[in-house]
Amino acid sequence: MQRTVVQADVLVVGAGPAGLTAATALREAGVDSVMVIERETDAGGIPRHSDHTGYGLRDLRRVLTGPQYARRLVDQAKDWRVDLRTSTMATDWAADTSLFVTGPGGRVRVEARAVILATGARERSRSARMVPGDRPSGVLTTGLLQSLVHLRHERAGGLIGTRAVVIGAELVSWSAVVTLREAGCETVLMTSEYERPESYAAFNLAGRTALRVPVSTSTRLVRIIGRERVEAVELMRLDTGARRILECDTVVLTGDWVPDNELARVRGLAIDAEHRGPLVDTALRTSAAGIFAAGNLLHPVDTADVAALDGRHVAVQVTAWLRGLAQPTESTRVVPGAGLRWVVPGVIRPGDPAPPRDRVLAWPTLYRPLPRVIVEQGSVIVASRRLPWPASPGRVLRLPWGLFGGVRPGEGEVTVSIT
Amino acid sequence: MSTIDVDVAVIGAGVVGCAVARELSAYDLSVAIIEARGDVGDATSKANTAILHTGFDAVPGSLESTMVARGYHLLGEYAELVGIPVERTGALLVAWTQEELDSLPTLREKALKNGYQDCAIVGAVDVYRRLPHLGAGALGGLTVPGESIICPWTTTLAYANEALSRGARVLLSHRVTGVEVGAGRTLLNTTQAQVSARWVVNATGLGADVLDRLFGYDRFTVVPRRGELLVFDKLARPLAECIVLPVPSSKGKGVLVSPTIYGNVMLGPTSEDLDDRANTATSEAGFEFLLAKGRAIMPQLLDEEVTAAYAGLRAATEHSDYVVDADAPQRYVLLGGIRSTGLTASMALAEHVVELMSAAGLTLEPRAGLASPPRMPNIGEAFPRPYQRVDLVEHDPEYGRIVCFCERVTRGEIRDALTSPIPPTDLDGLRRRTRACMGRCQGFYCGAEVDALLRGMS
Repeated sequence: MQRTVVQADVLVVGAGPAGLTAATALREAGVDSVMVIERETDAGGIPRHSDHTGYGLRDLRRVLTGPQYARRLVDQAKDWRVDLRTSTMATDWAADTSLFVTGPGGRVRVEARAVILATGARERSRSARMVPGDRPSGVLTTGLLQSLVHLRHERAGGLIGTRAVVIGAELVSWSAVVTLREAGCETVLMTSEYERPESYAAFNLAGRTALRVPVSTSTRLVRIIGRERVEAVELMRLDTGARRILECDTVVLTGDWVPDNELARVRGLAIDAEHRGPLVDTALRTSAAGIFAAGNLLHPVDTADVAALDGRHVAVQVTAWLRGLAQPTESTRVVPGAGLRWVVPGVIRPGDPAPPRDRVLAWPTLYRPLPRVIVEQGSVIVASRRLPWPASPGRVLRLPWGLFGGVRPGEGEVTVSIT
Repeated sequence: MSTIDVDVAVIGAGVVGCAVARELSAYDLSVAIIEARGDVGDATSKANTAILHTGFDAVPGSLESTMVARGYHLLGEYAELVGIPVERTGALLVAWTQEELDSLPTLREKALKNGYQDCAIVGAVDVYRRLPHLGAGALGGLTVPGESIICPWTTTLAYANEALSRGARVLLSHRVTGVEVGAGRTLLNTTQAQVSARWVVNATGLGADVLDRLFGYDRFTVVPRRGELLVFDKLARPLAECIVLPVPSSKGKGVLVSPTIYGNVMLGPTSEDLDDRANTATSEAGFEFLLAKGRAIMPQLLDEEVTAAYAGLRAATEHSDYVVDADAPQRYVLLGGIRSTGLTASMALAEHVVELMSAAGLTLEPRAGLASPPRMPNIGEAFPRPYQRVDLVEHDPEYGRIVCFCERVTRGEIRDALTSPIPPTDLDGLRRRTRACMGRCQGFYCGAEVDALLRGMS
């Protein structure tokens, strides 16, 4: 009879950049048994199938491709003898910090002293975006496109056609264009619902020049046409209401991230109503004792290295928890005001550390080349400062922790807005 | 082109056609199911509200009323036997206006006339006790404790599998292109083989009137009535523990909110008459209408993500009842105008049709050595799935490899489906057998791997 209960000091759910980095850091800090479970057949997370460079800048201080970066994080964890189990999924909670886990080795109950949720985020599906029309094959997300091309080495002809419309114009959307090209599929148009493309203006210019893809702004996908295979899309101008039909055989839905929050929701953790991930404080504690969260589950989505540094940050806090260090009980909520959809962390507690990288993360809903950030607590303006970097919808806006220096924890809600 | 000789050809492998073929193959008859599409249950039968109806609101005295009432019990028992998931959730009909409230006693009377005695009228307090998340303004309700949810996909597959095990032939991708009624046999031309049958059963749903005309009739016209549905995330399931029905009006049964057998919550359907019998597209207007309804019935539902949106076509006709008839001289049976209640009524309709055929001269001898009924893989959320079963995973690690994370579908289950007697031919078919890729991510994570497994590449 196999063992059906397994014990660990810390159970990390998700072996992407945040989970792997957290696990390695916990072992480095002297925690004995750290188990990481990953439901994919290979550890490494999203970077595994993002075959372009630019990974590892902030955490590893080097520039790697996605797969190289993923491999390095996995190797580090293995070197530190992290118990890494792939093709293994946490399906239900057994108790406070225990989970039922299914993998090829069996169905077991993992009893941990602390749990770190690092389950990441996914792009909203066509259904979740409520795009009407026929339901033919040829409608993909970037995630599916990249796993088809980079993991399965698919080329145009199967699920991927030869003439694509890419919905979205964020960084990930350009990455989709590059992947499509690699597969032999031409991108005939990119669309964005915003008045201007979401990603960095500089990248857009370079991207547009190098990839020669026209971007149609203020444009919404309103219908997919084609019974068996995509034949065309109907697009609507948001400013004029004008509609047009564009022929294509592939539609890639990019961006529009939603955190994979199932375990957080089922456990009854407090959820941030706006970004739908668990509500955390600057120590990345969730509302339940012993359960922490890190990575793009909290900020859908920032770059892989930012997620990884969450992992390093949370490891310190989890170590403190395991040592029985007292946790502050008082708290102040931080909520988004004008110009922002969400702000993370959403809780500040007296005596707690600064958030990861000394940054509060926010999701802007408007474009400002040099946004003014206003932090208010009650009727008091705690800070008002112009940032030297832009706020752009579709990208995480990073706010210096210094802006929150004047917040008095325990004294009423803090509102963050940009103008 | 080869000719296949059978005693009975059932045209249409939907839930009704498969039930009829299963019933007929219990007798010493050679039976063939002829289906234009590449899979069984791939048209109207796959996209309905998936409710096992008591028939409480049928037209008393109608064939539909009789068939639904009997079919409810037959299918309920069969489901237990072969493992078709059914959840006895019950339903609550909610009255939102004084007029609707006033009509509840009449509905209860109607239920009694249909032979259903368990309906009770309840007040607003009771309604909100049963459904705490219901929108404001409910005045009262009528309980229908017997209404249940069922897996329509497993039902059709179970019938088809059992028919197959009893010796019936399942001819997929055989579209009937011509009919020649002869003295003792009818010749059916199809896109593949020619089928020569003594008897022909028309169970072609949306195409039933067209086929019926080939037998010289002009007795009804099918008007495809599109019903769009939204399926919400599993996290919404606690909001709707029972089926929430509207009070029926002259315009139809209206929009309901129902738990699904897969653990989601469904909102719909719309009701729109179309000309195109293949138009299962969803529409902007449909979504808008459903969201407005959902906001009123259960506002919190709209805070959850939409997992799937689809549209089904009901085979509506100008008649309010089913049109079932046996033509002895032509040895031809029609099953027309079988709307969404056909899932519940399917086994009763099969029984009824066999009786009609027997009365019209078909000799029925029970088949000797009948195979035992199939045991279907469970894809219902309320019953143990392979990934949860310690014994199964230990015995075969493939049941421990979850491929589709959202729906927790294992490699073992996908392998089983691909090697089953009626294997899927596409992703949609695999989805109906295993739930693979029907969850919230819609293939973001597992789409590439499932596609590879389906094509035998993994």
